[in-house]
Amino acid sequence: MPALATRLRGRYDRNLWFVIFVGPFVLGLLVFVYVPIVWSVVLSFFDARNTVTPTDFVGLGNYLDMLRDSAFRSSLATFVLFALFIVPTTFVASLGLALLVNRTRFARTFFRSVFFLPTACSYVVASLIWKLSIFNGVRFGLANTVLGWFGAEPVAWLSVTQPPWYWLVIVSARMWLQAGFYMILFLAGLQRIAPSLYEAAAIDGATGWKVLRYITLPQLRATSTAVLLLLLINAFQAFDEFYNLLSSAGGYPPYARPPLVYLYYAALGQGQDFGHGSAGAVLLTLLIALVALVQGRFLGLGKRED
Amino acid sequence: MSGADGFNRRSFLALGGGIAAMAVAGCGSNTGRSDSGGGASGDKPALAQWYHQYGEAGTQQAVEKYAKEYPDATVTVQWSPGDYDKKTAAALLTDGGPDVFEYGNGPSIDMIKGGQVADLTDLLGDAKSDFTPSLLSRVTYQDKLYAIPQATDMQLLVYRKSLLQQAGVQPPTTVDELIAAAKKLTTDKVKGLFVGNDGGVGILGGPALWAAGVDYLTEDGQFGFDSPAAAESLRKLRELFTSKALLLGAPTDWSDPSAFTQGLTAMQFTGLWTFPQLQKSLPDDFGVLPWPKLDASTGAPSVPVGAYGASVSTKSKNVDAAKKFVKWLWVDQTDKQLDWAQSYGFHVPARKSLAEKADKLKSGPAADAVKFVNENGHAQTPLLWTPKSGTAYSDAVSRIIKNGSDPATEIKAVKAVVEAELKRIAG
Repeated sequence: MPALATRLRGRYDRNLWFVIFVGPFVLGLLVFVYVPIVWSVVLSFFDARNTVTPTDFVGLGNYLDMLRDSAFRSSLATFVLFALFIVPTTFVASLGLALLVNRTRFARTFFRSVFFLPTACSYVVASLIWKLSIFNGVRFGLANTVLGWFGAEPVAWLSVTQPPWYWLVIVSARMWLQAGFYMILFLAGLQRIAPSLYEAAAIDGATGWKVLRYITLPQLRATSTAVLLLLLINAFQAFDEFYNLLSSAGGYPPYARPPLVYLYYAALGQGQDFGHGSAGAVLLTLLIALVALVQGRFLGLGKRED
Repeated sequence: MSGADGFNRRSFLALGGGIAAMAVAGCGSNTGRSDSGGGASGDKPALAQWYHQYGEAGTQQAVEKYAKEYPDATVTVQWSPGDYDKKTAAALLTDGGPDVFEYGNGPSIDMIKGGQVADLTDLLGDAKSDFTPSLLSRVTYQDKLYAIPQATDMQLLVYRKSLLQQAGVQPPTTVDELIAAAKKLTTDKVKGLFVGNDGGVGILGGPALWAAGVDYLTEDGQFGFDSPAAAESLRKLRELFTSKALLLGAPTDWSDPSAFTQGLTAMQFTGLWTFPQLQKSLPDDFGVLPWPKLDASTGAPSVPVGAYGASVSTKSKNVDAAKKFVKWLWVDQTDKQLDWAQSYGFHVPARKSLAEKADKLKSGPAADAVKFVNENGHAQTPLLWTPKSGTAYSDAVSRIIKNGSDPATEIKAVKAVVEAELKRIAG
């Protein structure tokens, strides 16, 4: 027995310490992440209204309902539109910031911190600031005050769909919150580029735009791929700013309802329809996985850099 | 290994285990119910009663006082800020939920069909005829009662008398008059009307139907508004939205009186609960109206009426004790019901005999409001109007108001969803 105990504990009690340090987190991950995911998949095959222990098996019924549900499909369309806005703009903005901050010789740390700081702000808080003080629709909102200086009428940013100003509010909030984070990723990538490459380019007479086009961007390929993938997955998971900017006591408008907001209302709102909600979540997961795979194949994520 | 090391490891594990146990105990066990089911308070059953956070000062102390005065059980009140409806709906799935809880307009049809709430039919007795009938029918399914209405709330139109006078506008009695009045009252500082930052999508769905003389569902439970009048009434909401007379994007929404009291708007569709603030800010300068009828020959003025209802969870360990407590508080203790409706906020008691006794409701705009409840009141939505039907309708209203979609086409699409839902419920 002592031999077995010693073996289990490993050399210098390594196994024991491993279990002590890792065990609680594995347990938490199991209880709060994996079990709910598996349970959700199980629920997606049942008629589960107002119960999480359903008995009425419906097979793929919930999946078919969700695919036929025009509101769910339009939520996917909303997402695609959002991704088309947010992915390229954030990519360009964070790359631009990284290039700027990387070059600057003056107060470098200060600028890096300034651009990175919004990442620490909560989406909920930022959304409320955007909604209540910057983009509220009355005369004294910040944006409308500025417009007023030029004699323009106040704009009801979040209330109108023609023109769809609400996109400006949503996209700018997310840009502000996450551009700093991706800037850091790009900075790390930029600092990995060997200075000798730039020196060689300089000797060949390459300057400015050419250096960016032929040296910097190709060298950032791996980072760019990762950033694009992260941006897309993050966009798929958009919830906080949409929910906090646009939901009201009366409900939620259909034109800016991304999949997660739709599923939240279906499963956790007054509907308490866990069957359809889970089926939608599984469909969404499959979709994200598919897009990630296709994108990975297309852009060569994980491939060795030659 | 020395003995000291072994001791340290053991004490470390004990500490770790203790923390883990505390974490587990802390998770979801805060039901508001005491654990013992008796203990210090003898053999009395322990009940957890849940409320959402009312805005009015003193309400929490009041319900705690009522609970304490109940002799036959130890009742613990849990007062829930935040998203109470979702929290409660989730808690009802577990054993950690409440025994007695309030729910806006009573439990949903799926809660009833899912067997989550107890049948309370036998609690009313002779008092049944004293409760406002529309409130009772809202919480009755297949002749069984699932909630006792606590106090009535309503929504209505409030207007600044002085501003209307200055503009030479009479209080409107039809939707066209309302739109004309809103336009006339609009200046570069003040907008004519405020019906929510979403342009009325959230709150005018019902009034638009009643104004056209139709309802969500017919008397016999069929889809109720596939009619040209309903389409016309919804089209008027679009006209209002594009009239530039609506206040949009105010810092607070329709349920808060700030936009009205701060002079951002001359008229606002809001709730009876704002009256204490209105009376404080604009004493004698505000009047009330129902949402007007569509035109001289169509429909009727209307106000949406709702009530929080007290229900009993079937997962409660003491369903009978919980029912007895509900009967005691919301049927027998009429003085407490009157206190609840009158002393803190501004509600109409759910019982007719008490509404007549409520002094605050006897004069001024409040008396008018009570008159509207009796003459023009409609349950906010019927019981069989499920969340899915609600979403379909509010999406349609949103597209009509904001995008200018064709109301008749939108109504057809809503009809398909609602009929499928009605079929599901019946099945």
